[in-house]
Amino acid sequence: MTFTRGFRGRRERDPRLPPGQYDVGSDWPVLTAEATPTLSTATWTFGIEGLVEKPATWTWDEIRALPTSDYAGDIHCVTTWSKLGVSFRGVSVDTLLEVARPLPSASYVLATSHTGYTTNLPLDDVTGGKAWVVWEFEGRPLAAQHGGPARLLVPHLYFWKSAKWVSGLRLLDHDEPGFWERNGYHDRGDPWLEQRYQGD
Amino acid sequence: MTDQLSGDGLASGRPVPFPRPGKWQRSTVTEIRTETPTAKTFRLALTEPVPYLAGQHFIVRLTAPDGYRAQRSYSVASAPDDSGQIELTVERLPDGEVSSFLHDVVVVGDDLEVRGPIGGWFIWPGDTPAVLIGGGSGVVPLMAMLRLARRNGRADLLRLVVSVRDPASLCYASELPGPQTTIVYTRRTPASWPRPAGRLRPGDLPAPLPAGATGYVCGSAGFADAATAVLCEAGMPVQDIRAERFGPTG
Repeated sequence: MTFTRGFRGRRERDPRLPPGQYDVGSDWPVLTAEATPTLSTATWTFGIEGLVEKPATWTWDEIRALPTSDYAGDIHCVTTWSKLGVSFRGVSVDTLLEVARPLPSASYVLATSHTGYTTNLPLDDVTGGKAWVVWEFEGRPLAAQHGGPARLLVPHLYFWKSAKWVSGLRLLDHDEPGFWERNGYHDRGDPWLEQRYQGD
Repeated sequence: MTDQLSGDGLASGRPVPFPRPGKWQRSTVTEIRTETPTAKTFRLALTEPVPYLAGQHFIVRLTAPDGYRAQRSYSVASAPDDSGQIELTVERLPDGEVSSFLHDVVVVGDDLEVRGPIGGWFIWPGDTPAVLIGGGSGVVPLMAMLRLARRNGRADLLRLVVSVRDPASLCYASELPGPQTTIVYTRRTPASWPRPAGRLRPGDLPAPLPAGATGYVCGSAGFADAATAVLCEAGMPVQDIRAERFGPTG
């Protein structure tokens, strides 16, 4: 290990912080590659397609009518900030997949956004209570700059996997790199393994 | 690889092959320059020089005796060259663990661990028309683009608009001015400056916008959104705009 002359680090290390991350406190940095879009809930849709028995699309009212599910915990951005003890409300991706019914050959998903943004994930990372489509943050509507009206939430992976302005999931039998993944970022992005960039 | 984005946001521009991040490596600080009261440029000699493109960034990692580490990304301000050295301009942020250390403790001759280059989106390939808009220290990656263009005799491809609070906040003040650059002061201008202090507006942009230009916007989240809106108002399609936003902490 290479030590840095004169550096001690001044913060108590919170055990909830993965390696290389710091606690951003009450801030919530905004990091996106594209302009923040204005999406109307009147025309908003979320769809599941690809390797499923029954491709499905939900309107804003339809998805809001599904049983809600909450996440309370931490989120971790690859740019090294983490936000601890946050809460989101939305619907579990499991609930949505129960309708679309993945085929046995489905093993990956490509999440898509209304902006054209994409990100890829193993199907296992969005099932089993690990992923949500969320529209509330801390009890209030999710702001547009943070992905509102609704974003994907996959909090056990780096936050670029939690696609803002999410428009759907495409189920695939192979891993297809998304936007940041084509631009040098890791295909899975586990913060506890520091899978930040391709090759980590 | 961009097929799935065709006709949609993030699709603009041809894909550019870009260098991938190498391993962590040791670098030595060879020069430190004060740019503004809150920004310093650190020139680093890499032990294993790597190619990079204008707009990419490097990570600096600090390691304490007990193994505690902190790392942050900083844009490269220098144009790619074969010197084996890179320049990172670091804005000192209030309560910034890494930026404060770099400003207060690091001296010429110190070693710093770095890794890069990072990023394949906010990059300028060097041969396409572009409108660059930087807010505050958001000028840093744009400076790498301007330096590259000037060195290659292709400054005609670029128009750079820099927005800063006041004259003291302007990085690269002696080097920036030129026919390609416009400086916008939002709070206080130099004496007898023709434009009154005020926020960026469409009239500050080149008119007409260069045909086929890509927009590169860099700054705080608020600035990036505002500058994107101004570019759109001036007629640039939103899908032709690439944004790099700085978080408020560091």
